[in-house]
This record gives sequence, C-alpha cells and structure tokens, in this order.
Amino acid sequence: MPIFYGTEVRSRLFLGTARYPSPAVLAEAVRQSGTDIVTVSLRRETAGGRSGGAFFELIRELGVRVLPNTAGCHSVSEAVLTAKMAREVFSTNWIKLEVIGHQDTLQPDVFGLVEAACILAGEGFEVFPYTTDDLVVAERLVEAGCKVLMPWCAPIGSAMGPQNVPALRAMRAHFPDVPLIVDAGIGRPSHAATVMELGYDAVLLNTAVAGAASPAAMAAAFAKAIEAGHAACHAGMLEPRDMAVPSTPVIGKAVFT
Amino acid sequence: MTVLIKGAGVAGLAAAFELSRRGIAVEVVDAAETVGGGASSYAGGMIAPYCEREAADEAVLALGLSAADWWAEAVPGEIFRRGTLVIAAGRDSGELDRFAARTRGYERVGGNAIGKLEPDLAGRFDRALFFAEEAHLDPRKAMAGLYERLVESGVRFHLGGADSPSEASFSTVVECTGAAAIAATPGLRGVRGEMLFLETAEISLSRPVRLLHPRHPLYIVPRENNRFMVGATMIETDDDGPITARSVMEFLNAAYAVHPAFGEARVVEMGVGVRPAFADNLPRVLDRDDGFAIAGMYRHGFLLAPAMARQLAERLCGAKHPPLFSHPSFRKEAIQ
Repeated sequence: MPIFYGTEVRSRLFLGTARYPSPAVLAEAVRQSGTDIVTVSLRRETAGGRSGGAFFELIRELGVRVLPNTAGCHSVSEAVLTAKMAREVFSTNWIKLEVIGHQDTLQPDVFGLVEAACILAGEGFEVFPYTTDDLVVAERLVEAGCKVLMPWCAPIGSAMGPQNVPALRAMRAHFPDVPLIVDAGIGRPSHAATVMELGYDAVLLNTAVAGAASPAAMAAAFAKAIEAGHAACHAGMLEPRDMAVPSTPVIGKAVFT
Repeated sequence: MTVLIKGAGVAGLAAAFELSRRGIAVEVVDAAETVGGGASSYAGGMIAPYCEREAADEAVLALGLSAADWWAEAVPGEIFRRGTLVIAAGRDSGELDRFAARTRGYERVGGNAIGKLEPDLAGRFDRALFFAEEAHLDPRKAMAGLYERLVESGVRFHLGGADSPSEASFSTVVECTGAAAIAATPGLRGVRGEMLFLETAEISLSRPVRLLHPRHPLYIVPRENNRFMVGATMIETDDDGPITARSVMEFLNAAYAVHPAFGEARVVEMGVGVRPAFADNLPRVLDRDDGFAIAGMYRHGFLLAPAMARQLAERLCGAKHPPLFSHPSFRKEAIQ
C-alpha cells in the first residue's frame, strides 16, 4: 500500500469534503469510497476557520485521517497562516498546500507555492503541494522538502480529465521514488483509471463525487476504477498497435472458412 | 390543553397557527422584540420545492409541495405564484443540464421565452429552466401578517423577554428556538447564511431568479419598493458575525452578471443568519420531556415549517402519525 510521509494508507483515493448535499451524504460517500484520507478546507467552508466547530467534529467522527488544505489562499502568508491554524484544529503536521495564482483557472502560483513549501517544511509540516505538471517546479518542491507531489491533470472542478498525458507520464518517469497524487480535474472514473494506469500512487477527488447525483454510488465507482487502474499498471499492459493481431493463430488451422 | 411555544420565528409562528386553528390555547414567547428575530428574517422566502430537489432529499420536495397553499391560506395576498427562473451564463450552460437532471417540474425555455417572463433579462440569456409551479413571499411581511392574525385569534405573545410566563403552567412546551437550540440538541449544527438587499429602480423582476455558477451560485428574490434580496452562502459554521468581504464581492459580481443595472444598485442591508441543521439537512419534530421541539429547519424554513407544524399538531392532538424521518443515522444521534 502507498506510504506518504512514513504513513501507510489503505486507499489510493483521497476524498474532498466540500459541497456535498449534506454531512450525512458526505459520510456515506466516505464509507462507500473506502478512503482513509479526507481533505478539509479551513477557509472557504468555515468562514476563515474561526469556528468550523460542528462540521469539523463531524469530519473527525468519520474516523479517517484528515489532510487539511489551504484552498482559497492566494498568497504565501495566507497559506502559511492557514496551515498553522489547520495544525491546531486537526492536530496534524500534514498540509495540502494550495497557493492559487489565477482567478479563472485556479492555476497554482508555483512561485508562491515553492516559497510557502520552504517555510512550512522548515516548521515541521509535511507538505502535499498542489502543483502543475511542470518538472522544474516539481524539482524545486522536492528541494524545498516535499516528499509527495500533487500535480493537476486539469483545472480544479473542471471535470475535464487528463489534458496532458505525456506530461503526467514524464513526471512519473522523472520522480520514480516520490509518491505522486493527481489532484484536481478528474471528472469520471475512467479519468482516474487513466492516471492510475500511468503509475500514479493515488488520486484526489472532490467535485466529481460531491456533485454527482448519487455521491455515495459515485464514490464507490471511483474506488473500483482507481483499484483497476493501479492493478493494470502493475499487470503489464499491452502497447497499442495499428493493425489487428488475431488472438487465435490462423496458420495451422485445419480448415479455413 | 395549553401550549407554550418558545420562539417566534417561522417555525414557531407556523406551529402557533396550526395549534390555535385546532382550538388549542397557545402562547408564544421570544426574547426578541419582534417576530422573526432570528434567521427567518434573512430567508429568501422562496417556496421552491422543485428547485431545492437539486441538492435536497426527496422528502423536502414531498413535504414542500403544499407549502404555497398553506401560506396562501395563512396570510392571504402575501404569496406570489409566478414560478422560478433558473439561468446560467453561456459558459456555464452545462450547469443548467446538471440542474435539470437532478430536478423535475420545469420547462426548458429559450431566449424569447425568457424575455417574455422577465423583460429586463431579454437578450441576456439563451437558455433557462422555468419552474412554473413555484412561488415566493416576503418573509418579514409574511411573519408580520401571521403574527397579526394569531393575535386576532387570541394567541398571546410575550416578546422582548418581558412578562415571560412560567413554563410549568402549561401542559405542553414546544421549542422552536432555531439556532439557539444548537448547543443543547444532539446532532444539530449551524450553517451560516449571508445575504444582502439591493435597491434599484432600473430593473424589475417578477419572480425569483437563480443563477447557476460552479463557484458562486446565487438567487435574487424581488421584494416591494425596488428591493432585491440576494443570497445566500452556505458556510459550515455557527459564527453569526458580520458578512465577509469575499461573500459581498461574490454576491455583487454574480448580481452584476445577471444584469449590469445591479452595479448601480444601493446596498441597503446586509444580513447573516445561522440555520440549524441535522446531518441529513432534514427538519424534525422531536419528543421532549415537557413536550416537543421543531428543529433543524436548515435553509427550508418557509418551505417546510407548514409541514412540521402540521406534524406537530397531529402528534399533540393524539393522531397516529408515523415519524416522517426515521433515518437510522438520526435515531443514533437522538439517543446519544
């Protein structure tokens, strides 16, 4: 099973907790997904994190590990402050670091991201950076102390699925020993299966499940797709070819028809 | 039988109406000086059971279908049956399809029909969903009207904390205290809602308009005197502090996207209310040692208070009535 910052987890699906129709639906989706890690936004869902009281309590009662995030932060200082609040609220050094650089695409501000990752790693945080598929940025993040990378495959919430498969493949090849999690842009189970087939260690989802007509059923569907993609990756897939190859030999057959 | 209703918000007033029409002697007490002192005054007042089905349980639709008739009977003249118009900007047209897939009771309408329904939106949107059966009201006027009617029919009110009656002198106490009940009710949490009022004579709308947007969905409900209620956020906290700059910015951006005239509108009021909700966001009539409680109205106060009040009245009057929400997860919370 995958290991992130020394912690072995049993699921390759990380599930976000925002925008569900109700906490009861969220709880059922978490159960059906089989996940043991959920992400929680301190900022947007809880009025700046001053008191998420009852909602945070519901999250804790899910009995899964919490990966707090800095969603909605647009500057290094905001992200660092939010990370520190998250450490207090959830008693964890884990932080999913988002520094948003572009209003419309919600593309990460990779310069701010590296700077914030340096600061947080220096203060003992175990940083899960939400980044692009840029290899140089990824190297800087690793140098900054990140032992996990979370590239997007498409803009947050867009449901477009992998937009640049060669870049994702290059990232996997370039960082064979760093756990890689595709974060953002997944819309359907087939998208998740695709990135798992590329050898990614896990997938992080929120909108694709929370926005489904039946979040719990969709969570279960994603869990299966992610397991299937992971198993396929290690089972040795065929490379596509441009002509037919009969599965039964033709020559040697007794009778041609 | 004498009943004391604690709380003069939408749930308490609806309960008072249902009990007093059955001949029960009812008194209502509230610490606020006026009725609707809590979150009820900041409600949208949309009687929109079909639209709510987008994210709400089927029970909300089933229980909300008769709400418009209830309000028409309780406060004649206060309910407007003009439907709901659901729109989206061109780039978000996928949101309309998603909304349509989750709901029913609508008709798909194009640009011409949008212009006929709402002339001021003519030419601005190509596609919409029109929910003809829905209605809206002004929560403050509806509650004031209901209050007057209750007073006329002999219901005694104790507002502002003065001359509060002793609970022990009533045969039954019904708690309808909204967000104030959160701390003492297992499983109940607060969901913050922010809203603002805009005032402009440059645009008029006949019915609630919902703008679908992946990040900032909002609704605009027309009120009297060129006012528009714009809401509402859904934030998981019981913090009732002032509205945040970000929420104001998002409301104004979205309102401006519906019609640029809102850019010149005056912001005449901003409000924040905390809506009490159970984990499944469905309301309940709870049994209490000294009576009952109506709790967890969430964002469905005006839509579901009539059904909860009726359920309460039937239980109080001894009618056999199965609990409407016997969800196993709730039972667990209630027992704990």
